[in-house]
Amino acid sequence: MTDSRISAEQAELAATPRSQWADIWDQFKRHRGAMWGGAIFLCIILMTIAGPWVYWNDPKFVPTGRDFLELRDTRPIYVALWESSAKVSWAYPLGTDNLGRDTLGRLLSGGRVSLAVGLAAMLLSVFVGTLIGVLAGYFRALDGILMRFTDLFLALPLLPLLLVAVLLFRDRLSGLFGPEGGTFLLIVVLVGATSWMQTARIVRGDVLALKEREFVLAARSIGTSPPKMITRHLLPNVMSPIMVSATLGIATAIITESALSFLGFGFPPDFPTWGKLLFDAVDRMELYPERVLWPGLMISLIVLSVNYIGDGIRDALDPRIRGR
Amino acid sequence: MLTYTIRRLLLSVPTLLFISLVIFLLLKLAPGDPMAQVPLTVPPDVKERMREALGVGQSWYVAFPKWLYQFFAVEPLHFIDAAFGTSLGEGQQRVISWQTRSPVMDIVIQRLPQTLWVVGVAYVVAILIALPIGIYSAYRQYSWFDNAGTFVSMVGFSVPPFFSGVLVIVIFSVWLGWFPSIYDTTHKVNDWESFVFQLQQMIMPVMVLALQITSQLSRFMRASMLDNLNQDYVRTARAKGLGEKTVVLVHVLRNSLIPVVTVIALGVPAIFGGAIITEQIFKVNGIGQLLITAIQANDLPMVQTLTFIFAVLIVLFNLVADILYGILDPRIRYD
Repeated sequence: MTDSRISAEQAELAATPRSQWADIWDQFKRHRGAMWGGAIFLCIILMTIAGPWVYWNDPKFVPTGRDFLELRDTRPIYVALWESSAKVSWAYPLGTDNLGRDTLGRLLSGGRVSLAVGLAAMLLSVFVGTLIGVLAGYFRALDGILMRFTDLFLALPLLPLLLVAVLLFRDRLSGLFGPEGGTFLLIVVLVGATSWMQTARIVRGDVLALKEREFVLAARSIGTSPPKMITRHLLPNVMSPIMVSATLGIATAIITESALSFLGFGFPPDFPTWGKLLFDAVDRMELYPERVLWPGLMISLIVLSVNYIGDGIRDALDPRIRGR
Repeated sequence: MLTYTIRRLLLSVPTLLFISLVIFLLLKLAPGDPMAQVPLTVPPDVKERMREALGVGQSWYVAFPKWLYQFFAVEPLHFIDAAFGTSLGEGQQRVISWQTRSPVMDIVIQRLPQTLWVVGVAYVVAILIALPIGIYSAYRQYSWFDNAGTFVSMVGFSVPPFFSGVLVIVIFSVWLGWFPSIYDTTHKVNDWESFVFQLQQMIMPVMVLALQITSQLSRFMRASMLDNLNQDYVRTARAKGLGEKTVVLVHVLRNSLIPVVTVIALGVPAIFGGAIITEQIFKVNGIGQLLITAIQANDLPMVQTLTFIFAVLIVLFNLVADILYGILDPRIRYD
């Protein structure tokens, strides 16, 4: 009886060789919040990428003369449901602002910038964090100095310094790369340079633990060089914490960029991002609450979905939870 | 424990010196001129002398030790003078704000109560809400209460303060008209009505700040409770016949609070920093708002002093968290 069961199990094992990633994907699929988060995240990304091509209004168009008076301060179309005298137009589904620019168009193109900043800053921060973490964990000589450096960064009051740094370098970089490119570069570098510390700490801890394992000893005994060792044996094994901090990094970066824009230290005035749209609308929010609500809702939605994805990935990569 | 504390305190001195140097050098690069606001009728040579008096053109190795001396020696002396009526610091130059031409620390002390009131109350409220939520969520893991709590804290975690603040203003002061949207810092509490008004104007900023802190703390409390609920000593306590209330609220809670207390300590300086945005939205003229106006007005001594105070808070509360951990958890030995 036992024999037959073992052979059946063996047959099953031989028949379906499952990769680790398939297991992880199965576990990830079971996390409802993460699946919803992923769907919303993809939807928003698709919307911001494809939206400006499909949508008919140009976000940069500013009407002049009589058009200006006619088009400015249009309310969103749904306001007509409870306020029949409201100024609405089907051509402008979310209305226009006080200069007559289309709100939905600005929301879509602003989303591109916010997401681009979030992704680029996340890549930079994960790269720096992983580099410092691996170096500190693998080379004992570097450990002390790199970790003191990390502690130093953790002790810095980051938001004030970010504000100061934006003020210092904005004009200089704007001269080099143009007002938009310069600010983009500045914000990405600043956010990336101030959010790598957690990644570095986690990666260092994992590398320190991995270094004591037998497979590393085996690899070293056949003469693997340190660069090969890091890329071949250590990095694949610290992938999971890196992925978790990468997803959460997107959320941090988007919030930081919006906070900078909200405080008036972000992109130039005619260049919309979600934070900037929110900031511009705050002064007249009594009359036009929708101009505040939509960008804020987009920021919150994207951060919420990213946080849920991070949660799901963390659970999926944790072998203690997997299979339960 | 004492030697550890002393060692850490000594170690934090070079850290703080280095941080202040970094801030100083960064600010040294700042463009802008404190004399930009002075009327054009003032002759250039007078302006030049005014710049000299403010110490604008000095090299960093002159200006930095000077700032250090002013901040660490002159300012405490003036503080003692103000407190005891002595005259130790008389005639010594204090750190002067370029914006208002008055000592930086005086302005900071003026602004501090507003920040402490709003932020402090928010922190206390958040702790009082977060702990019971965390405890109950962990005790009934995967119940509807736990799931709802997870969702709410995820939302509270994700909605940035500059949106939640604006949202509560739109809902509670524009649509419902319950609370004022601007925090009036000149308001004095002297009878019941003014006290009610003070409460009303504090509700919204406190709500926004508390939402964020609650969502983080309750998650942490829940995780910490869950770690402890499956331990052997809990089973032993139940097997001894102790009541469920005693097991959870005495045995488990006391052990789970250890990491939570350190997280609470670590969060204090972050609150000062994070409150910058909330203060800006509700126009609370506290420390954060002071920093923003100082940065916009290029008031470098003010920015330098405030950023350094934030850095001191971070280093200090890191130390407090580590020491608390050592005191509360007898398994941790530092020496």
